[in-house]
Amino acid sequence: MSRVAVLKGGRSLERSVSLKSGARVEDALERLGHEVISIDVGHDLVDRLIGDRPDVAFVALHGPQGEDGTVQELLELLGIPYTASGPSACIRCTDKVLAKHLMREAGIPTPDFYAFNATAFTELGAARALPAIERHLDFPLVVKPAGGGSALGIKFAPRAEDVAPALVAAFSYDTKVLLERHIAGRDLAVSVLEGPDSAEPLPVVEAVPRDGRFYDFEARYEIGRTSFACPADLDDQWTWRAQELAMRVYELFGCYGFARVDLMLEHDTNDLYVLEANAIPGLTETSLLPQAAEAAGIGFDQLVGRVLDLARSRSLA
Amino acid sequence: MGERRSTKRDLERYGSLFATRMQGVRSSAMRDLMAVTAQPEIISLAGGLPDTTTFPPELMASLMGKVAEEACARALQYGPTEGSEEIKSCIGQVMAAEGMRADPEDILVTTGGQQVIDLVCRALLDPGDVVIAEAPTYPGAVPSLCAFQADVIQIEMDGSGMRVDRMEEALERLDRAGRKPKFIYTIPSFQNPAGVTMVLERRQRLVEIAAEREILILEDNPYGLLRYEGEALPTLRSLDGGEYVIYLGTFSKILSPGLRLGWASAPRPVLDKLNLGKQGADLCSSSFSQAFVAAYFAAQDWRSYLRTLTELYRKRRDTMLDALAEHLPSEASWTRPAGGLFVWATLPAYIDTTDLLARALREQVAFVPGRAAYVDGRGGSELRLNFSGVTDDDIREGVRRIGRIVREQVDMYSTLTGVQAAPPPLTRAPERAPGRALEAAGDNTARVVPLRRATR
Repeated sequence: MSRVAVLKGGRSLERSVSLKSGARVEDALERLGHEVISIDVGHDLVDRLIGDRPDVAFVALHGPQGEDGTVQELLELLGIPYTASGPSACIRCTDKVLAKHLMREAGIPTPDFYAFNATAFTELGAARALPAIERHLDFPLVVKPAGGGSALGIKFAPRAEDVAPALVAAFSYDTKVLLERHIAGRDLAVSVLEGPDSAEPLPVVEAVPRDGRFYDFEARYEIGRTSFACPADLDDQWTWRAQELAMRVYELFGCYGFARVDLMLEHDTNDLYVLEANAIPGLTETSLLPQAAEAAGIGFDQLVGRVLDLARSRSLA
Repeated sequence: MGERRSTKRDLERYGSLFATRMQGVRSSAMRDLMAVTAQPEIISLAGGLPDTTTFPPELMASLMGKVAEEACARALQYGPTEGSEEIKSCIGQVMAAEGMRADPEDILVTTGGQQVIDLVCRALLDPGDVVIAEAPTYPGAVPSLCAFQADVIQIEMDGSGMRVDRMEEALERLDRAGRKPKFIYTIPSFQNPAGVTMVLERRQRLVEIAAEREILILEDNPYGLLRYEGEALPTLRSLDGGEYVIYLGTFSKILSPGLRLGWASAPRPVLDKLNLGKQGADLCSSSFSQAFVAAYFAAQDWRSYLRTLTELYRKRRDTMLDALAEHLPSEASWTRPAGGLFVWATLPAYIDTTDLLARALREQVAFVPGRAAYVDGRGGSELRLNFSGVTDDDIREGVRRIGRIVREQVDMYSTLTGVQAAPPPLTRAPERAPGRALEAAGDNTARVVPLRRATR
């Protein structure tokens, strides 16, 4: 039995998702016989960690601070072993622009993109390049804030006149944004879970919006609004290829414990593209990682136990 | 190691149990954003809160003492579904202050005004029934209307309240389709969220239409007594004499929302149905709260506390209007409420106020994005600001921060589109028609829709 601090909540826009993930993890840890110290991350985080002296921390935070390496850096400083990826892998996952550059350099297919800081527009006249970008990426295109793990601020711009409002929206979330070619196709996710010996890809999950419309931010947390196929109904070659890409991304970014890689299978070409990786995927009832684990015969308690064991063994290394 | 939790089973187990009608009740991205607004460091102009710090604690203590001495057992007991006689007499006084007379048997005491909305929906609506509402409407009514699967038609407003002429056009269209609304939901005075008040002519026409067409009106009037300027207007109920108007009143804004006490006054057959619904919902409203209100009305002139609140909120409204004039760019507009708790602001269409809220939260300030007040996705560039529950300093600082980020987005948009408007582009032959740039500067955010992506 260990004293496990579950870090959840926080001040990010994904606070409520994180609280759900955290609550579920706490239930599982208690069933596994651990002592749970529940920490809603705020100004007193370091005091709490010093005062409570947990044996290990389970990081169930999403979004800035929790998933971008900040909290991980603090945990390293305090010498508290923790679940999932370290600071550098977190940074590589969280910054979508960095992630896409790394993938492109490594030959991992990712949709074409251009990325800009706000200052590129305000100080360097980058807006003059927009028409060229639009021609290169073609419409519709996708505008995203560079950070943030949820779909907040992600806009779909079908026409030239939609690009400026979409950029204004994306800059609400981050000072860096990217414009990306839109891939029309099937929405796939491959989670990677590490075991005592090696990491392995879990079965592919496909998210299918139940009402046939775009799968939006709200849908994913609500039971009954999205159906998930797991394992996805895919030919073996695509399953294998998606899993192989996910493993390459997992290794490229240096993830640890678990991660989830999101992909698109393009309708017209049957090409697979990696959109992004999530260092701390959601662990709610509707989240994809727990579903994939279950399809592989790994229940939620076992998943939590395995990730925790890895965290503890990392401390011994 | 016991494995008792199964994700897939969880999903299926609960998912298959939910009622179909609840699928229409959508939570939103806003909910996740609003989860952050409750934190103490954030200046929240998002609430709809009266300032309860103005109520004297010693008065509360003495009223509690009086309830304990004089009505202990009764306050701790169940009460009649329709409410106690003594509170109905208090309600009579409040209604009289707005020019209405109601017999005690015409009143149903409810658990806040919110319960009236729920009970009316419960009593009147079958799935697919039409309800007319204002655009924007009270965000808190939206989940009730959706849960009862209403087909809500929202009628635009201007500075004089709901466009009753537009409503008539909508009724005509419905008529041609063989449909008739069950009720018209309106907040005629100091509307939440728009802050506007329906003028007398429109009030008169509205009750005429209701009578001609035999449609009920749900008149939601929480703020009528919180008037900061101008003359009071007759309520719809007083114009109609209680034939087609279901009147909703509440103690929340004139005394305390924590008491959770409101009431409905309605035509007798309707009231009987509401009473039946309430029996199923909660048997009766809190006897304790009712005894407290009765003690309060007996102990002092309830109008004097109302005057205190009115003075305070008038000052805060003025502070907010001054701050908006100082800090919001000329591209923004807002309403000037003569009473109530809210100002409704409209920004250029290229600013999405849900996204703007995310930016605002980084600056530690919050508001309610406009989409919450529509059932049809409109309101993307609008926002609601509350001034009653916030100090003058916080109002000034909150509006200053909002003004700064709105300006930042206005500047960013003109940087983006200004350059698009200036040919030639950097590379090769321009494919754009010359007129395209102007279009690009136009308001086309309606086509910016959320992208499908699962990331959690």
